Amino acid sequence: MPERIRVLVAKPGLDGHDRGAKIIARAFRDAGFEVVYTGLRQTPEQVVTAALQEDVDVIGLSVLSGAHMTLCPRIMELMKKEKLDDVLVLVGGIIPDQDIPKLKDLGVSEVFQPGVSTKDIIEYVRRNVGKR
Amino acid sequence: MAKDLRDRVFTTISGVPVEEVYTPESVAELDEAHDLGNPGEPPYTRGIHETMYRGKLWTMRQFSGFGTAEETNQRYRYLLEHGQTGLSVAFHLPTLMGFDSDHFMSAGEVGKCGVAIDSLADMELLFDGIPLDKISTSMTTNAPATILWSMYLAVAEKQGVSWESLRGTIQNDILKEYIAEKTFIFPPRPSMKLVVDTLEFASKHVPQWNPISVSGYHIREAGSTALQELAFTLYDGIEYVEWARRAGLDVDTFAPRLSFFFNAHNDFFEEIAKYRAARKVWYKVMTERFRCTNPRSAVLRFHTQTAGCSLTAQQPYNNVVRVAIQALAAVLGGTQSLHTNALDESLALPTEHAARLALRTQQIIAHETGIVNTPDPLGGSYFLERLTLDMEKGCWEYFDRLDAMGGMVAAIEQGYPQREIQDAAYVYQKAVERQEKIIVGVNDFVSDESALDLLLIDESVAERQIARTRKVRETRDNSRCRTTLEVLGKAATAGDVNLMPLVLDCVRAYATLGEICDTLRAIYGTYEEPVF
Repeated sequence: MPERIRVLVAKPGLDGHDRGAKIIARAFRDAGFEVVYTGLRQTPEQVVTAALQEDVDVIGLSVLSGAHMTLCPRIMELMKKEKLDDVLVLVGGIIPDQDIPKLKDLGVSEVFQPGVSTKDIIEYVRRNVGKR
Repeated sequence: MAKDLRDRVFTTISGVPVEEVYTPESVAELDEAHDLGNPGEPPYTRGIHETMYRGKLWTMRQFSGFGTAEETNQRYRYLLEHGQTGLSVAFHLPTLMGFDSDHFMSAGEVGKCGVAIDSLADMELLFDGIPLDKISTSMTTNAPATILWSMYLAVAEKQGVSWESLRGTIQNDILKEYIAEKTFIFPPRPSMKLVVDTLEFASKHVPQWNPISVSGYHIREAGSTALQELAFTLYDGIEYVEWARRAGLDVDTFAPRLSFFFNAHNDFFEEIAKYRAARKVWYKVMTERFRCTNPRSAVLRFHTQTAGCSLTAQQPYNNVVRVAIQALAAVLGGTQSLHTNALDESLALPTEHAARLALRTQQIIAHETGIVNTPDPLGGSYFLERLTLDMEKGCWEYFDRLDAMGGMVAAIEQGYPQREIQDAAYVYQKAVERQEKIIVGVNDFVSDESALDLLLIDESVAERQIARTRKVRETRDNSRCRTTLEVLGKAATAGDVNLMPLVLDCVRAYATLGEICDTLRAIYGTYEEPVF
């Protein structure tokens, strides 16, 4: 596990619902992680560039608009291209059950659906970061 | 269990402490004539009509839109056939953000969160077979409100319906976009100019239209307390009136058409107090701060939607119960129109079945419970009156702070309301995680339940939509279209004329929403939110 876990919290796509992203960013900070929040409406290219520049261990993507099956595959493809294979990718938001296996096949580590506690997400990150 | 209860601190969902019992002493300062009045009388605490729902039920207005205009048109006809009494259009995110469906930022978003509208051609299909003089329509659009309203007005022209007879609302509340919902395009100041243009245009040409629905709904959904929802929303209303006055508009020409939009969350009495305080505070604001002379300028009318953020993905049938209780609070609070959420909305847009059940919930409240038989049936409750007085007091305190900052635009630029809401959202989340606040099926009483059938929007919607928009661009009179956009651009640069008539000309020439927004973006720039 890295000494200080670095996380990028990102809002790809047009969705402006940032309550969840901001809560998890703050919970990560309270847990001692270093957090970079991208702000709203990032293209997949911007998300991956930020992950590279910030040298993060974890990317948390928040999507509530239903566009995750367009945005996440593109982000995973760009990450492979940039050889960011060791970065843990988490997706949170309104993600139907049926899309979870598809996202995991693309290389997403875990999907967090509505109602999850921030403690569980933090715990997941601590257990899984740096293991890939 | 009894021991647990004794040990607990009792608070509303917003964290406001609640006493063990409320007595006449709890409301000793209540002056009934001054603080309450009768229903239909100032300060309207007890409702804006003397007879309330005995005279007319609230409008049952379900927010709806998905896929293409044809699909949403079918859903509208279905809802109207089942007794819905007004329409409410949900646009997809690209439309709300001023992008056409074939823009690269629209990838994956077409038709997902609402209906795809790129040009007048789509709007014509959306209202096909729906006579605009017979219904009222609410459109949830903010940054591009001038454009979508223009499309609606152009459809009315094509149907031969006069603008004077049109009834409806555009949300057009850009301030709460910066505060909470975040679907902004331009920076705050030019956006406020567009809002003032719509106020003036409505008062002159579309007199029965509500040109702004000042909205607390999204502020609450972003995690605010009930008081913050109320205070920031009413202060947004103050800001619009201030800006319109500064632009030379007489308050009484537009204030009677301002309407409001509040959330109905789970804490039953706190919500009812919020609606009652809203009417009273607005009455005082309009009569004392703005010295309106038309009595209707001081009457707060509002729409309510049950709280989307209170719905759970776990055990989704529980949501039917939550929605019913929230809707009851809205009706006991005297709402003029109501949207009840469907049980599956924490997972997807509602299926036809779920949408009908949500509508039926309102019909049961209206026709079976008896609570419509008399106005403000809870008025005089010690507890409710105490909450109402406190809610009002809290508003004045927030207003003083916002006045000191130089108004809401200035406060937004300093990140003040945004931070207040984020802090409240975080405090609530922590309370849930410590089980101080229980969410049934999520942090207590957990059990497995079988999954629902969901409405899923596939990518063929985007293909069909993009094909139609490209055809519009090929078949329209492109030189006329270019000219209208150039005229709009010049006027926006000059900054001294009302842009509504010029946007209407663009729309009539089938300029797309993206093209019109691009024209304005080139002049106004775009807003990037600082990370607070």
